[in-house]
Amino acid sequence: MAVTADRIAPAPALDVERVRRDFPILERTINGRPLVYLDSAASSQRPLPVLRAVERYETHCHSNVHRGVHALSQAATEAFEGARERVRRFINAQSRTEVIFVRGTTEGINLVAQSYARPRLGPGDEILITGLEHHANIVPWQMVRDQTGCTLKVAPINRRGEVELDGFLAMLSPRTRLVAIAHVSNALGTVLPVKRMTDAAHAHGAVVLVDGAQAIPHSAVDVRALGCDFYAFSGHKLYGPTGIGVLYGREELLAAMPPWQGGGDMILTVSFEKTTYNELPYKFEAGTPNISGAVGLAAAMDYVESLGLEAIAAHEQRLLALATGELERIPGIEIIGTAPHKAAVLSFTMAGVHPHDLGTILDSEGVAVRTGHHCAMPVMTFFEIPATARASFGCYNTEADVAALIAALSKAREVFA
Amino acid sequence: MDLKELYRDVILDHNRRPRNFGRIEPCDAHAEGHNPLCGDRLTLYVRLKDDRIEDIRFEGKGCAISTASASLMTEAVKGKDRGAFNELYGRIHSLLTQQDAVPDASLGKLAALSGVREFPARVKCASLCWHTLNAALERSAATVSTE
Ligand SMILES: Cc1ncc(COP(=O)(O)O)c(C=O)c1O
Repeated sequence: MAVTADRIAPAPALDVERVRRDFPILERTINGRPLVYLDSAASSQRPLPVLRAVERYETHCHSNVHRGVHALSQAATEAFEGARERVRRFINAQSRTEVIFVRGTTEGINLVAQSYARPRLGPGDEILITGLEHHANIVPWQMVRDQTGCTLKVAPINRRGEVELDGFLAMLSPRTRLVAIAHVSNALGTVLPVKRMTDAAHAHGAVVLVDGAQAIPHSAVDVRALGCDFYAFSGHKLYGPTGIGVLYGREELLAAMPPWQGGGDMILTVSFEKTTYNELPYKFEAGTPNISGAVGLAAAMDYVESLGLEAIAAHEQRLLALATGELERIPGIEIIGTAPHKAAVLSFTMAGVHPHDLGTILDSEGVAVRTGHHCAMPVMTFFEIPATARASFGCYNTEADVAALIAALSKAREVFA
Repeated sequence: MDLKELYRDVILDHNRRPRNFGRIEPCDAHAEGHNPLCGDRLTLYVRLKDDRIEDIRFEGKGCAISTASASLMTEAVKGKDRGAFNELYGRIHSLLTQQDAVPDASLGKLAALSGVREFPARVKCASLCWHTLNAALERSAATVSTE
């Protein structure tokens, strides 16, 4: 994401060679060539500080949380709740009770769909999403639509891969009860004007969920500045572990929502007649949570802040600009997603070479890109293509990685000459 | 891992100029195959005489491997009856999945598909059309048998 212009001091540049030494996996070779990892948008790699934090937790602190008086149970609870406070600071939530640990973005969105939307919506009510959403921000709302009889509306996108703001605004009405939008499109890279969209939705009384899966690794996210009601993201796209993510929700809304799963930890008292639910955030965390995942996620947040989110963003933007310029020079390459405001995600097609073949040829050169529909089939349908190849950049990528991508693309051209 | 093994000249040629591309209307059997991983879609049209494949065509958008495999398949199965197709289907399956399967001369151009097995992520691309044809034939056999 572009660094905002009103910054006073420029962010110190990223020392990428030092960053790379933190990621042991980057020393691997693939098919006899150095790994060029350009698939961080699917899942980023983990740095040593994250791996070590998880190892330290596992070797020194592990037990179940919230359930014992013994030393390890205390240590595990402190580690887990410490991670929650770390997340609160990272996204600037008002209170730690607004930070719910979930498996990832998908689970966070489903929680809101089932616990917020389903009990409240009915025929005549509308949910508004956009044409560039990931399946994780489409399917849960279709399920709510089928369960409640509400209507699901989709704001249009344009050929650059941006949401048509006028179209979006025109679809808002007092019937709009919930707006669910990506912060950054995973298939196109587009950064959405989430603050503006949120304000407009609020003006109609709608509640706003932001799918932050692709935004969280590329920019500082301040949920209060955005003003959104829910914000969901995954740890594994932020250099943290898989199986852990966060749903942020405004306390007032969370407090009024019923739990969505029942079990241990989410209760205060249980008898066979009646159960009283635990307070926030535990009401939404039934069962033993992913404790080491939360610890790893907190360490990942420490890590990216130690590098500086602005320095990471500036570095990625340089790579994006470089790669975009190089790709534009190659005949037959079409970049899919050409919004002026993009995160470090570059989707493209090559005339005469199916993305799937491109993926195999690039892989034989050690270059890992994602090929396919990127869980955004409606986006592919809109652009009338079956799939794209997608290169995405993280803090550890270099100009040499871009050069390797370009070289591997000419190899593909040769094979299919 | 050798790209040349995967993208042999026969494969590239059939990708560039797929044989038997198009529809048959009306047809006796047709089926759609879909590979959600890469978004490939393929529709097969078959004209049968008794249980012999008289004519077969395919349509769709796919990667080089799935397009070439479908093109090669249509050439290979034309004129075959159900038993002969079943036999070929089994041999292609081993060719695509078993490391030690040796393509014998009788497979002809289909032997070019053996390079795929070094690329596990691509086996589905090559097998899609075969599964689709098998489904089309089974379905038509089922409708025939219920008549
Ligand atoms: C925009 C977007 N939303 C949601 C998701 C789902 O994230 P997860 O699979 O971690 O739940 C992804 C990940 O691919 C994504 O890119």
